Amino acid sequence: MILDHLPALQVVVPLLAAPLIVLLRSGRLGWLIATAVSWTGLVVAVLLFLRVQDAGTISYAMGSWAPPWGIEYRVDALSSYVLVLVSLLAAVVLPYARLSIAAEVPSDRHYLLYAMFALCLCGLLGIAITGDAFNVFVFLEISSLSGYVLIALGRDRRALRSAFQYLIMGTIGATFYVIGVGLLYLMTGTLNLADMATRLGAVQEVRPVLAALAFITVGLSLKIALFPLHIWLPGAYAYAPSAVSAFMAGTVTKVSVYVLLRFMFGIFGVRLVLPGLPLLEILTLLSAVAMVVASLVALLERDLKRLLAYSSVAQIGYITLGLGLGNVDGLTASVVHLFNHGVTKTALFMLVGGIALRAGSCQLDALAGLARRMPVTCFGVVLAGLSLIGVPGTAGFITKWHLVLSALQAGQWWVVVVIATSSLLAAAYVWRFVEVAYLRIPTGPVAREEAPLSMLAPAWLLVAACIYFGLDTSFSLAGARDAAVMLLEGAR
Amino acid sequence: MNLAGHYSYWMTILLMVAGLYIVVARSNLIKKLIGLGIFQTSVYLLYIAPGKLIGGTAPIVSEQFAVYSNPLPHVLILTAIVVGVATLALGLALVVRIHEEYGSIEEDAILEIDQHTAADQGRDGQPS
Repeated sequence: MILDHLPALQVVVPLLAAPLIVLLRSGRLGWLIATAVSWTGLVVAVLLFLRVQDAGTISYAMGSWAPPWGIEYRVDALSSYVLVLVSLLAAVVLPYARLSIAAEVPSDRHYLLYAMFALCLCGLLGIAITGDAFNVFVFLEISSLSGYVLIALGRDRRALRSAFQYLIMGTIGATFYVIGVGLLYLMTGTLNLADMATRLGAVQEVRPVLAALAFITVGLSLKIALFPLHIWLPGAYAYAPSAVSAFMAGTVTKVSVYVLLRFMFGIFGVRLVLPGLPLLEILTLLSAVAMVVASLVALLERDLKRLLAYSSVAQIGYITLGLGLGNVDGLTASVVHLFNHGVTKTALFMLVGGIALRAGSCQLDALAGLARRMPVTCFGVVLAGLSLIGVPGTAGFITKWHLVLSALQAGQWWVVVVIATSSLLAAAYVWRFVEVAYLRIPTGPVAREEAPLSMLAPAWLLVAACIYFGLDTSFSLAGARDAAVMLLEGAR
Repeated sequence: MNLAGHYSYWMTILLMVAGLYIVVARSNLIKKLIGLGIFQTSVYLLYIAPGKLIGGTAPIVSEQFAVYSNPLPHVLILTAIVVGVATLALGLALVVRIHEEYGSIEEDAILEIDQHTAADQGRDGQPS
């Protein structure tokens, strides 16, 4: 009985938790509720994923109003995959968050932070599960607005400036998206995504549809932080509280990529995307530039969190590159990299949060000889860093392998060169940390001082996942391939 | 092409471009938020205008009325207005906090302050 309502529970539980946390006004209870909610969410997401594997797409009529009139929640191979990713990262980050947040945020604001966290989780899950174009916008804004607050709670005053900049750019992006949806609604008379896809085939006048495509792509690219629309990202990730950086780095941009995938292949389809605009070529080119330029900037950064943030911009390039190549292998690489990069980057930000706690700084210069103080943490950073580079046996390699396959299949040799260059640059910026932490002589006295276990254990769980999903791809790759095949079939 | 007939669209485009221009061109954070508000408002027009039929009434099924306006865009925009208000409120709250911390709401001045801080930190971070 209750199993039939899983799609609603996925969103409603965190949505109800947020006001409850505010009413209770207790940081500790807030953390307990948020953690319980995130674990419930993970169970629901896994159950949904298994059901979709067994029985195919689930369509859930919210409030029993039949689609396309009511709002439909639609769980298919792609959305269930994203649901698992988002709820997994939330469930791992929240146990980590208690001590990390306690060290970084004044205690009278803890309950507000956990309320915003629950709301952000609700928004992100909602984006992935809903089958209604306008509903996507509402959830996008729920997750973004709570995200701005989460970033602004950072210790550094630059967090405020970054949150404001993100608010301006994020709102412009969301508004562009609404303009696009409005044009589509004018042309098709429906907001249900599946219904829109069928009706769009009958639309004669292509120009407004192409305008909608352009608005939606640019709007979502702002949210994705696709180069050169990425300038909000480094500040936002660098100055937010560590637990927030970890959660957002793994989820926020990924969910926006999901929406873009959904629109480009699920709604507009190859029929419009390919001949109408040189969209895929532009995406490929921008991704290639992002992969090289952002990696170069990361190479020059002196702050470890900013270095990781720029590396995120480069890694987002990998995701959109697969999208731009547009064949099954490329899309598989995109979707699997949502997962692989989500896990890798969240692990890294969590470990760096531990470093910030103990060393009191993320400036590389201040971390000389860190491996003697925090050997377990530093080894974790190195392992996750290997996944970032894409060394065989790590999750990152799976993505690169499929990207290379896809580029060869599309006959784009230069892309392979770009991937190799970007990997070398990644190796260089990860090496900078290794050099500082392992090879430099520490300036002060050396005492073993690891991050607390409740922070170290969740981070290492994800580090282990970086390795595990590089060896056993039966969940990550198979799920991604199902999603890619589904997207391309829908696009024909 | 009927210029006067597309009056509402011209207004929409004008507001849209003006709002976006203010966001980009102004350094004052409050003015940026005003521009953002105008930009969002233009989208409300974009949705509502096509939903209205001249002479159309609210969709109440009755023998006296034959032509109805589409209520859906109005409802959507009600939601969008709520989102817009929330964004504006949060934006203003952030500006208040920024003013408390930096003592300025001019973006250029804030950037300059931050660059000075970063430079100081860089000097401190160097091993002596």
